[in-house]
Amino acid sequence: MAGQANDTRGAYWRKNLRITTALLAIWFAVSFVATFFARELSFVFFGWPFSFWMAAQGALLIYLALIGLYAWYMNRLDRIAGFLGEEGRD
Amino acid sequence: MTERSQAAFTRQLNKVYGLYTIGLLIFIAALGGLEMMGMSRRWIGVIFLLATVLLYAGIGVISRTTDADEYYVAGRRVPAVYNGMATGADWMSAASFISLSGTMYLQGYAGLAFIMGWTGGYCLVALLLAPYLRRFGQFTIPDFLDARYGGTWPRLMGVVAAILCSFMYVVAQIYAIGLITSHLTGVAFEIGIFLGLGGILVCSFLGGMRAVTWTQVAQYIVIVIAFLVPVVWLSVKQTGIPVPQAIYGMQLEKVTQREQVLRADPKELEVIALFKAQADEYAAKLKDVPAALAAAQQAASQKVAELRAADAPLAQIQAAEKARLALPRDADSARRIWAQAQASNEARAQPLGGMPPHGVAFAGDPHGSAAEQRSFQDSRLNFLALVFCLTLGTAALPHLLMRCYTTPSVRAARQSVTWSLFFILLLYLSAPALAVLVKYEVFNVLVGTPFDSLPAWIANWSKVDPALLSVTDINRDGVLQLGEIRIGTDIVVLAMPEIGGLPYVVSGMVAAGALAAALSTADGLLLTISNALSHDVYYKLIDPNASNGRRVTISKMLLLGVALAAAAVAAQKPADIVFLVSAAFSIAASALFPALVLGVFWKRATARGATLGMASGLLMTLGYMVRNEPWMRDIFGISAPVDLWFAIQPISAGVFGVLLGFVVMVAVSLVTRPAHARSDAFVDHIRFPG
Repeated sequence: MAGQANDTRGAYWRKNLRITTALLAIWFAVSFVATFFARELSFVFFGWPFSFWMAAQGALLIYLALIGLYAWYMNRLDRIAGFLGEEGRD
Repeated sequence: MTERSQAAFTRQLNKVYGLYTIGLLIFIAALGGLEMMGMSRRWIGVIFLLATVLLYAGIGVISRTTDADEYYVAGRRVPAVYNGMATGADWMSAASFISLSGTMYLQGYAGLAFIMGWTGGYCLVALLLAPYLRRFGQFTIPDFLDARYGGTWPRLMGVVAAILCSFMYVVAQIYAIGLITSHLTGVAFEIGIFLGLGGILVCSFLGGMRAVTWTQVAQYIVIVIAFLVPVVWLSVKQTGIPVPQAIYGMQLEKVTQREQVLRADPKELEVIALFKAQADEYAAKLKDVPAALAAAQQAASQKVAELRAADAPLAQIQAAEKARLALPRDADSARRIWAQAQASNEARAQPLGGMPPHGVAFAGDPHGSAAEQRSFQDSRLNFLALVFCLTLGTAALPHLLMRCYTTPSVRAARQSVTWSLFFILLLYLSAPALAVLVKYEVFNVLVGTPFDSLPAWIANWSKVDPALLSVTDINRDGVLQLGEIRIGTDIVVLAMPEIGGLPYVVSGMVAAGALAAALSTADGLLLTISNALSHDVYYKLIDPNASNGRRVTISKMLLLGVALAAAAVAAQKPADIVFLVSAAFSIAASALFPALVLGVFWKRATARGATLGMASGLLMTLGYMVRNEPWMRDIFGISAPVDLWFAIQPISAGVFGVLLGFVVMVAVSLVTRPAHARSDAFVDHIRFPG
């Protein structure tokens, strides 16, 4: 029984680490890699210079999508792994 | 609390805040009506100020509490959406509301580092910290450090870091409050500070986190209405389209075209040449200061003597006398004053009044001369460094992280961060739009206006503080050139309704919004500081047997003391808001981020490693700032030459602090003996909800 619980926990944590790493990689690419090449990426994008739009709006919307996705994924994972019934204080 | 009563609670909140929003809109419309019927501007300002501060105070009184759980973490039952809104208000400070658009107006693309950093940080909060902190579920950030690492030292370092960065941050907020109140009501800056302080205190003093949370939700609504209405209005006025966020690329294109025209305008070139000549004059004086000073003194004395001999009118003689007395007293002060004058003239002897082309990323040119290439590399590196510091600082600021404790569950904590960013984006997507729209207005309407028909707001604002806004007809052609306007970061948003020719009620609303932003952040920060002192120092270290009531009372006393101290510092008008705030981010990032994140993700991290890592990161950041930042050099009397590493500006000192903090923490942890049983149990507890 205990071993089985440990397996679920191990799998849960590995999945958590996997999605965290993947989302952080996107965050890093958007924040630092795209910005590093900002001068090269200055083609016109719906009226904006692309790198300006990216820093002013694109990056922000991607960030919001990242954390929204994380909350959705992890809350679903909690349910599957049976970490429920913790509404209220614990 | 059961799920059902939580749902009923949320419904109740929806109703209350829905009615509140409608009431607010009616109130603004009514004031707009009164303005048309001839109510004076002074009265509109005063009513806006009093009505909103009384409202916040009222919420504070209703939510007063002496219960520790309510006082420290609002009873842990704030629904995710409302916690998100409160976090948004907590987060959006005077710097976001006032300075952000101003910075982008003056610096163009470079200002976007703040936008990216302050939102990107939420990714780190959401992914690396929020769920784990909520699962841990205590009261403060030092609590977490103590529970994870054990021992007094990590907690103490946490307290020091939390107080240091929150205090710098709160001073900036109170400074902004003084600025807004004195503009809105016409009282002196110092009195404005203490008026605003009253508004902060009623709220946090009576009801702690509970009152602050519900006030912040109300303040968020004021902030967002106050920011969006004028931006939309300006957008409709310029383009006819009410969605500035979607279409300001068009205006940016026009601004860029106008920049080309202004760069080649002969009158602008004339102004630049005049500033250049003045700068050169000071440069010549600086070559031999004692001789130049003697010559200037002699010339001034001679002028007085000549006027006296010619029996000139008394006023003229007095003016000449005054000019003579205004000369620097000795060679040292002359050197300092003239060097400043030379630098400021040099800065204004640039195309577009020193503003870079708005839409171009980074300064310099990667394919230009060696100097241009250098400038490009430096500006790109500094942009990235600033984004880095602001991002990691966001994920380490205690007043923000404390908000992870106030939700009912881990699930809600995750959702709450998403909601926070959503509510913050409503403003952050509009701030760059506002900068572009204001620039369009200034370039096309203001520039070229004859001096005798300048709008009244210019004189009004120059009166508050000439450093914020001044215009001088340098080339005496009677027409305003772009190069003749000097505009400060902190004024672009506050003066924007007047720049765009909107009714005064909009100005009052914007000021009330800025005040709400400053007050809400100041509330959260003061609470963080006083909790660190009362909970972490007094209760945990000095008197662990203190009763709940006593803890809350001590916290309230400390809150009062800290607030007064912060107001006293702010009354000295220290450096500008953006620097103070950014410095707080660098400090938070370097002192707290490594210890928090490694605490969750690396079981091997030890108490000694954490303590030394935090200390070294903090010292590195502080040292770099004190050595290199002009204002701090002044305070600490540093005379050693400025020594920048990789040309990184002191505002981004956190880059070095964070790296050193991580390295020291990992290295020391690896050579010290880990407390396996303790840290494993704790880390497993926070990693798995339920």
